Order: sequence, then C-alpha cells, then structure tokens
Amino acid sequence: MARISIENLRQSYYPNPQRDEDWALKRLSLDLADGGAFALLGPSGCGKTTLLNLISGLLKPTEGRILFNDHDVTEATPEQRNIAQVFQFPVIYDTMTVYDNLAFPLRNRGVGEKDVDKKVREIAAMLDLDRTLSKRASGLTADGKQKISLGRGLVRSDVNVIMFDEPLTVIDQHLKWVLRSKLKELHHRIRRTMIYVTHDQTEALTFADQVVVMKDGEIVQIGTPIELFERPKHTFVGHFIGSPGMNVLPCQVAGGRVTFAGNVVEAVNTKAYRGNGKKLELGVRPEFVHFAEKGIPVEIVKVADAGRFRIVETRNSEGKINLLVREGRDIPTQNVRVTFDPGHTQIYEDGWMVN
Amino acid sequence: MALELKNVSKRVGAATHIHETSLVLEPGTFNVLLGTRLAGRKTLMQLMAGLERPTSGEIWFAGHNVTGVAVQKRNVSMVYQQFINYANFTVYDNIASPLRVAGISAREIDSRVNEAAELLRLSPMLKRRPSELSGGQQQRTAIARAIVKDSDIILLDEPLANLDYKLREELRDELPKLFAGRDCIVVYATTEPSEALLFGGKTATLFEGRVTQFGPTSEIYRHPNTLTSARVFSDPPINVAEVRKVNGDIILGDKVKWKVGRAAQALADGAYTIAIRPHHIIPTNGSQEKATIEGRVLVAELSGSESVIHFDMNGQTWVSQSHGIHPFEVGSTAKLHVDVDRSYFFDANGALVGGAG
Repeated sequence: MARISIENLRQSYYPNPQRDEDWALKRLSLDLADGGAFALLGPSGCGKTTLLNLISGLLKPTEGRILFNDHDVTEATPEQRNIAQVFQFPVIYDTMTVYDNLAFPLRNRGVGEKDVDKKVREIAAMLDLDRTLSKRASGLTADGKQKISLGRGLVRSDVNVIMFDEPLTVIDQHLKWVLRSKLKELHHRIRRTMIYVTHDQTEALTFADQVVVMKDGEIVQIGTPIELFERPKHTFVGHFIGSPGMNVLPCQVAGGRVTFAGNVVEAVNTKAYRGNGKKLELGVRPEFVHFAEKGIPVEIVKVADAGRFRIVETRNSEGKINLLVREGRDIPTQNVRVTFDPGHTQIYEDGWMVN
Repeated sequence: MALELKNVSKRVGAATHIHETSLVLEPGTFNVLLGTRLAGRKTLMQLMAGLERPTSGEIWFAGHNVTGVAVQKRNVSMVYQQFINYANFTVYDNIASPLRVAGISAREIDSRVNEAAELLRLSPMLKRRPSELSGGQQQRTAIARAIVKDSDIILLDEPLANLDYKLREELRDELPKLFAGRDCIVVYATTEPSEALLFGGKTATLFEGRVTQFGPTSEIYRHPNTLTSARVFSDPPINVAEVRKVNGDIILGDKVKWKVGRAAQALADGAYTIAIRPHHIIPTNGSQEKATIEGRVLVAELSGSESVIHFDMNGQTWVSQSHGIHPFEVGSTAKLHVDVDRSYFFDANGALVGGAG
C-alpha cells in the first residue's frame, strides 16, 4: 500500500519542448492518499493516460519526481514499483485456463499453492468466473476475457497501487453496472490505493472518492463527485461533468446585482465579485433550473425523453438553457418561464468560479 | 420506399444468428436496434444492407424483392464503430469519394460535400488528412461520407462507441437533426438503453437473435410486452422478483406487502413476476410510493446529480436510482420506497399481464 506523491512533474514527447503545447503534462503536483479510490477524468489528449504511465513507470518523466510513501521511485521500473495494471483490452494467456490466468501473478511472486487457491477462488466468485475456472480463456467472449484481466489485476493483496486504464471499454452496458459496483465494493473491503483512468464521467463519479479532472495537460479541479457536481471551479468542469452539462450563460454584475438577459438573478458568490473580470458568465446545472410562473421568459426548442426525466432545451435572446423535468411532471406550453436555484447558481470570471 | 423483412432468418452452420423475423421500416424514420453485442444486431444490419444473404425469407425494398441483390447494387451506406476513412485522402476527398464513384459532376460534388461538411462542422478541416483530426472529427468524416450520397438506407453500427463521452453527447444530439426532413431509413445499433431513449424514433429490442418488440421508442420503454423486452430496455438493470397476489394484496418475500394498485388491479390471484425500474425505488417517501422495502447496502454511488444504491434483499441484489444526494453506509440497512403502480407484472411465460408504465 502506498501514498503517492507527484512533484512538479512535466512530460513531453518531443526532444526539445519549447512551446506550451509541446508538453503533454504541463507541470503537475498531486498527492494521492494511501488506500483511496481515485479517478483521472478528462477528454482524449488531456494527459490522463500519460500521467498513469508515469505513475506505473512505463514512462520516465522529462522533469519532476514521483514518490511512493516518501520513497523516490522516479527511476524505478514498473516491476520494482510493485503495482498491478488493468488495460483497456484483455491481457491474458489464451492457452491457459481461467484458473491459471488468475493464479499467474501470485505464482510469479512465489505465493504457496494453498494461498493461491484461496485468492483465486475469492476473486473468481466476486467476478462470477467461478463456473468457468477450468475452461480455457480462448473460448470466452470479450466480456469474459476482460473479467479475467480485472481478476489478474485484483488478485494480489501486496501491491502498492492498482491502476485501471479505461477497463470497461469492451464490456456490454448491462455488465458495466455490475462490474463497476463490484470494483467499488472490493475497494471498500480491501482499501488499496486504486487509480482509474477514464473519459466517462459516469464511471469516474461512481467509482472514485476523489476525481482529478484534467484538460490540456493540467489539473483543473480535484474533488469528490459531489463537489464537482455542486461547485465546479471552472466552466469546463461544469460542462464536462453532468449530462447534459452545466448551462453557461453570459451575465453582467453591477452594484452587487447579477443580471442575465435583463433579469436579476441570485448567485451564491455575488458578494465575492470584485469587478475585475473580462468575461463574466453564470453557471447553473439543468438539475437546478425549474419552470415557474415568474422568471426568465424562454422558448422551448426540444424535449427528449430520458425515461426517469425529460431533457428540455429552451432558448432566449442570450442563449440556450437546458433543464430536467422529472417523470410524471408537466411541461408548460404557454408563457414559458424559468428560474435558477439561487443556492446552485455561480458566477464565473474568465472561466473560473469567483471566490 | 419501405424496407421489409419477411420471415427472414440467418443460420451459420448449426448456430442460428437470427430467428425468423418480420419487420417493416418506413422511409423517413430513425430506427434503433437495441441489444447486447451478441444479440444479433450486426447480422440483422448486414442482412438489411445485402452484405449477408438470409437463410430463409425475403427482403423487399420499395415494393421489389431485393433478396440476393448485392450491396453495390443497393443504395445503402454504413458507418462502423471503428472509423474507416481513406488515410491518404483529404477530408474533402473522403466525403466526395462515393459521389465520384457514382459519376456525378464536379460542381454538384462540390456543393454536396460543402453542405455535408457544414452540417457536421467539418468545413475548416476539409484540406486536412484523417491522421490530423481528432477521433470525433474522423468519425464525423465517416458520417459525412455516409449521408452525402442520398442513400435510401443508412446503417450506423455503434458509431459513437469509440468516442469520448462528451463528444458522444454532442453527436447524439446532432445525428437525428441531420436526417430530419429526409426520406431515407436510418438504422442505428446500440447497446445503451439511454441512447435509444434520447434518439426517440422507433426501437427494436433484440435478444438472442430475436426482435422481441418494435415500435415508437417511449412506448416500447413504458410498455414492454415481455420480461425480456423490459430487461433489454433498462439501464441500470431492472429489478425482478417473484410475487403473489392474494385477496387484493401483493406479497413479495415474507415481509413486503402492499394493497394492489392500478398495475395489478385486473389480475387473478396467483403467482407473478414483477419488474421494477431502479428509479421507481427511492429513499424518499412520496404520494406515489405505496410500498416500503428494506435491504442491506452493498454499494452507494453518489455522483452529485443522482444516488445509485445497490442493496441485498432476500439474497438478491437490487438497485435504487434517485435524484440528488442520499448517502448510505455500506452494510447498513436501507429503507426504500417503491412506486408500485409503475411496476410491471408478467405471467409464468414472461408475457406482460399488468403494468401502468
């Protein structure tokens, strides 16, 4: 088990990085507490996989240090770092049985057969592989093979950290739910440091205690799923997390009052604004916009049925406002007006939340 | 110009990939094929395209029997999960390629390529090669090529599966707009129930090589004809349990009992299978929730917008999905409330016998 500290890490794939965009990771410091469940979340090209490969030792950083429990491992090989990894596609031995595949990482470390058997059966039961243990891995579906990969990553209890790189990509939707909750259940039980890389917000938010949101080689915000949802520090986080993302609307602030499209709006951080921003925006999630008798006049553009709620796209002179309407509730047809929940409306200054 | 599958089946050796299926797809419709990767979606699409020949049955298009007519002779486009573009062509030439093959004039090609590029927001990238584009732009190029030639049938096989979550959200919103006002038949295959719902249009639920139900999407979602259709069209998985109706009560296990509501009013006393959607089991007690259940919390997933609680009741895993933040300690006992009127009742054969939807 390990606490992982990352100090002033920079990574470039170019021999002579000059410009800002030459850096895949710009300059990054981060502390990951021992035993935590972390997600690295961001769009493709944000540097999340680079960061994972630096922590695992598959890559050597251009600058900076990585420490496991205050011990410098920057120059150590993946083997020396004592980690387990699960990749996007199954990495297994096709000719071996499921049992032998799961046992491999343990036998490789010289674990006795009695303990091997106990651990293999425990992991197999958790992943519903117990009935296929004696089968050859080659006969399994993509789902089944990826479950073995997960099992191989989870079977050893002496690793410093378990890393997952988009592990559910090849898994069917129905099974994703099951495997995600199994992983979380397992983390709760063994409390080993886990790092999970994904572009899928649902996976990140349901698996992790702490989510690291990345963009263009930098960390934009670190927080619990609830913090990222309720108080996105940057409009990017507001947009990237949540489906649909946060509404970001142009606004003015003057004399301690916020106005949007000529309507006075309340925001949580109005008082903190000191009047120096170039671009001012209002952020409010679709979950916190409601139809009301009095409020901002809008026009309904589109209604999409998502089952447990409907996504209503509305528009006024200043832009598009999405809102969610729960199943069974009505959508007005005439004199349509919306209000924003004052406790969940924030002002952003040049993209960053005013505070 | 409808596409008709008449008693079509497909067997490969001893394996039946598609059981006898009849379907009519109308022009100007967006049709979703919903099912797991092994349900037969791909085979069904290949039959529709003419890439595979049915073992039995006939395929008709616009009143003509086209069974056995090769894909080249049908006016069909396909987009796959893996983006397929010509690596040494520019985006412009990639989009133009099907029109050049068809021998259309250069001026006409130019106007149609520009129009397709505009729709898919590729106009600034027309001179680039696919390797200089992001994954989303590459897939948009493949989609532009599929729509540029005015095909009668456009088949999209999980085209968004390899894209980033946010990009998927954006394209999911754009796709139906691209086809609005056209009279082509669009068929879109996905494993994700939420995607089918958001597209609207029509949905066919697929399970083990059979189309279990076909019709307007929200109708299929709210009125599944069988337990199988309900299972295919539920995300997270729908909760299923055995219940009994006795003297106006519904009894679940040995502790849970409620007065029969509109979902089961007309049913005779006896044993049934009940299916309850996760979002109809919630931690708060409202006027709709007429039954209360208890279970041991296995996992609590709190994303900020919603809480998904996995819990154990009578040795079975259940899922509750609710709006907002509802924390539960793992291992604690959760008390949850069920909107029983929105549940479904199935008979011993799995056919729907009661349910308000």
